Amino acid sequence: MSRTELQTLPERAVQLLGGQPDDTTLRRYLHGLPGVDAVGLEQRAADLGTRSIKTTSKAWALDKIIELIDLTTLEGADTPGKVRSLVAKALNPDASDPTCPRVAAVCVYGDMVPHAIEALGAAHGDPDDGGVSVAAVATAFPSGRASLEIKLADTAEAVAHGADEIDMVIDRGAFLSGRYGVVFDQIARVKQACRREDGTYASLKVILETGELTTYDNIKRASWLAILAGGDFIKTSTGKVQPAATLPTTLLMLEVVRDWYRATGEKVGVKPAGGIRTSKDAIKYLVTVAEIAGEEWLQPHLFRFGASSLLNDVLLQRQKLRTGHYSGADYVTID
Amino acid sequence: MSFLEYAPAPESRAILRLRDEYGLFIDGEFRPGTGESFATISPADESHIATIASASDADVDAAVVAARRAFERTWSKMSGRDRGKYLFRIARLVQERARELAVAESLDNGKPIKESRDVDIPLVAAWFFYYAGWADKLDYAGLGADPRPLGVAGQIIPWNFPLLMLAWKIAPALAAGNTVVLKPAETTPLTALLFAEILQQADLPAGVVNIVTGAGATGATLVRHPDVDKIAFTGSTPVGREIAKAVAGTDKKVTLELGGKAANIIFEDAPIEQAVDGIVTGIFFNQGQVCCAGSRLLVQESIHDEVVDRLKTRLSTLRLGDPLDKNTDIGAINSLEQLGRVRELSRIGDEEGADRWTAECVIPDKGFWFAPTIFTNVQSSHRIARDEIFGPVLSVLTFRTPAEAIEKANNTPYGLSAGIWSEKGSRILAVADRLRAGVVWANTFNRFDPASPFGGYKESGYGREGGRQGLLAYLKAPSTTAGIGK
Amino acid sequence: MTNRLTVPKTYKLFIGGVFPRSESGRIYEIVSAKGDFLANAALASRKDAREAVVAARAAGKGWSGATAYNRGQVLYRVAEVLEGRRAQFVDEIVQQTGASAAVAQAEVDEAIDRWVWYAGWCDKFAQVSGNGNPVSGPYFNISVPEPTGVVAIIAPQDTALLGLVSAIAPALVTGNTVVVVASERYPLSAISLAEVIATSDVPGGAVNILTGSPAELAPWLASHPEVHALDLVGAGDLDWVDLQIAAAETLTRVLPPENGTDAAAPSLQRIAAFTETKTVWHPKSLV
Repeated sequence: MSRTELQTLPERAVQLLGGQPDDTTLRRYLHGLPGVDAVGLEQRAADLGTRSIKTTSKAWALDKIIELIDLTTLEGADTPGKVRSLVAKALNPDASDPTCPRVAAVCVYGDMVPHAIEALGAAHGDPDDGGVSVAAVATAFPSGRASLEIKLADTAEAVAHGADEIDMVIDRGAFLSGRYGVVFDQIARVKQACRREDGTYASLKVILETGELTTYDNIKRASWLAILAGGDFIKTSTGKVQPAATLPTTLLMLEVVRDWYRATGEKVGVKPAGGIRTSKDAIKYLVTVAEIAGEEWLQPHLFRFGASSLLNDVLLQRQKLRTGHYSGADYVTID
Repeated sequence: MSFLEYAPAPESRAILRLRDEYGLFIDGEFRPGTGESFATISPADESHIATIASASDADVDAAVVAARRAFERTWSKMSGRDRGKYLFRIARLVQERARELAVAESLDNGKPIKESRDVDIPLVAAWFFYYAGWADKLDYAGLGADPRPLGVAGQIIPWNFPLLMLAWKIAPALAAGNTVVLKPAETTPLTALLFAEILQQADLPAGVVNIVTGAGATGATLVRHPDVDKIAFTGSTPVGREIAKAVAGTDKKVTLELGGKAANIIFEDAPIEQAVDGIVTGIFFNQGQVCCAGSRLLVQESIHDEVVDRLKTRLSTLRLGDPLDKNTDIGAINSLEQLGRVRELSRIGDEEGADRWTAECVIPDKGFWFAPTIFTNVQSSHRIARDEIFGPVLSVLTFRTPAEAIEKANNTPYGLSAGIWSEKGSRILAVADRLRAGVVWANTFNRFDPASPFGGYKESGYGREGGRQGLLAYLKAPSTTAGIGK
Repeated sequence: MTNRLTVPKTYKLFIGGVFPRSESGRIYEIVSAKGDFLANAALASRKDAREAVVAARAAGKGWSGATAYNRGQVLYRVAEVLEGRRAQFVDEIVQQTGASAAVAQAEVDEAIDRWVWYAGWCDKFAQVSGNGNPVSGPYFNISVPEPTGVVAIIAPQDTALLGLVSAIAPALVTGNTVVVVASERYPLSAISLAEVIATSDVPGGAVNILTGSPAELAPWLASHPEVHALDLVGAGDLDWVDLQIAAAETLTRVLPPENGTDAAAPSLQRIAAFTETKTVWHPKSLV
């Protein structure tokens, strides 16, 4: 479920913006969006967090969370062995229960993509078809501090290696200093770099790094900017900066994709990443997605959790539902 | 399976230890009433909860006598420090029994457990906690050194926030050194009676607080009782008027907290998403059965369609149903009588030419229910723009300029509350300056705090509850000379 | 009847929510009024004082950032726990000072009640000391009290508990954090109070208690640039004028010594002394 043809995206943007996507035009547009009252937003998130998801709803939710996870390893110390271990976990999350669903994707550094694909083997594919995708971070992740040429090369290499999805970072320095045109241009160019030889595109997730943008107004503007420039997903964080994903931030981003859908009929995805460690928290996110954007968003092409330790907490909960008693760390495997 | 059809998540009633029959709480103990007892039911399914005593004139008199005795012999002689300690005990007991009280409140009133658990009961504890600390600091209340209590306070409370309204009345009265006879609303006596049990656990001296359940007649007797020094009433404006007339010529001090038809003003530069949430909170919280409800939406004409559109989308996620289900957003209407009023006024809205839109909800077979409803195309001259409906019904009007918004907002005999939504500080403050309302919420709505004074202008009543100002209703300066006619 | 062997308590310092010994390793002997050995108290050094200031500074954001309601609840909880340990405190005072049980009980009762009095001020103080200001111009104008920051206190020296409590509580009301030097002669109640504070949801570092020599520690606290206010209520026997001069270097707010049984008596001024008034303006315009 990707965006419209790339050729029409710049036209669409120009149409919506009423001009070329330069600093001035973008500033006028983005700063003209209604403001966000932080206290009200956080209150709404807290209210959504009081939903009580039990019994059959909980069982469904736990499975759905697993199906929406991008199981992630992004460490300097990553090795092919580590990636193989991650992939094994992604394919078979619960060693004691083969009915446990698979995650949506594994997320690794670009140079680990070949090892991930090799380890996945026949299971490499679209999560809608029961496969597991490979997402690669790119564009000088996590800082984004490198020339555009290097970022494009980074992206192209990952795509060439077979990555299905690219998680890029925006230039936060440019954003915070008002150079919206630069941010737009980089996203658009990275999107072009996602083009494969056969004309298809890797799906592009745009990481806003909300912890550095700090204000909700900034996050709202960056979300709109990323979508205008061609992102298929907007993603909260690299996970390397605190705070990473929060419920209010994700709520805000879901409001943006909902409004984009109202305006254009297109559906863009949302990925909160980093800091979601418990099933309890993850369920709050599912509730938020369903009540803000709609249930249709609860599918791998429109919503992902960027997480690592979350999976095991979900498995423990799942085991408890199955067996009727609490489980423990020895009963879930390491990725 | 639709995820949004959340599985039932019922709060258990097992925590309740209810009696089949409750007496009146007079002079520290429960005793039978001599009036005709009545039933309290759950408005969600009309089931019987308990049998409640009704206080006859003789019972009311006994309660006042007990309160007077306690005032003369015990409470007025007690140090503020010690009065405060009793109130701190009560606050802590409410916190300990919070869950039980929340379940009882939802059962008896019909409001969602989410609200009684997260809003009502925590505020009750907070109210007692706040006023506990004032008991030994009355020199700073604003009446000069050594202010005096008024004596015996007769207090009559409504059914919309039963235990919270009780807290708003009893906490400051006791902190200031008064004793109390309180009459809960006829349809919601339960938590007041559980509160009486808490008073026993706190070892509050007998007669300091007396609770006389009953209907309107009990309240009228209390108002007219010659040995009551102070009347505090929360309820409808018509009854408030009667009370004001009844005490005319007497020395009785009166505070009234009455009805409202608050304007919730949305400017075009509002944070739209949060404003929509604020509209929903304003009129659908507690099923709209709130005196300060934002029942008139005044939206700037340029954003009217967008706001109404978003509002309808938002309303489609509200869940109506069993108040004890933790996912319920909209509970039952408190009584058949109230439901009738809401239906009648809505019918009038149709007749007046406004356009009705109602959220799609599955209405249970039993109980009293009204789905969230919006009337657009409402004009200032319509009755649904002027009469308090006290239900989940929003009337939507438009305005063009800030001045027009203010004019329309103030064009009402009421003056309890108002809301302002805008990102522009100078506008918010200037509009707040000009609104004739006792509580102005900017970029928020229906927020309550024991430290924040609450009360109305004009026909919404007089006197304030909460804050330092809330104490003034229960104190007099020490050098006060004798009242009229003495 | 068997004579059960006791397990005597060790008294250390209270810094950052934990109980460390003095980094100097020093102690000094505390004997009862009759001359019996009671305990070794930690003899705090200037480095301990420095660490305490660091801890108090770090705790400032959380304590002052809590709602007034929350602070009031926490302080009331301290009183609850103190009440529960009343007998222990009475006993400790009797042992240290030789006072009769009745006198000691009266002191403990008063200490608890004063603590409750202050707890009740947290969510009210702003209402009696702050206000809207009717300036002549289209401006919204409001004045509110804010905590000054880290308050260093030389506690009254001649009581074990009451003076200490009377000095600490008012500083905490509006959100200040505290470094207090206890009575040199009767330091044990101070550390027992620290145990109460440590189990009452008071954030670590909001209250720090040093035992030892006020003469040695006070100059370091007085001249420390991150101490915003200095309460010399118990410094009457020191060269307190010098302390005041040292504090003046960094414009630290100073309260002078008080003597007698009524030292640090409860008052609104004690709360106000550790606050700054902030006044905010905002234009108002309809057009």
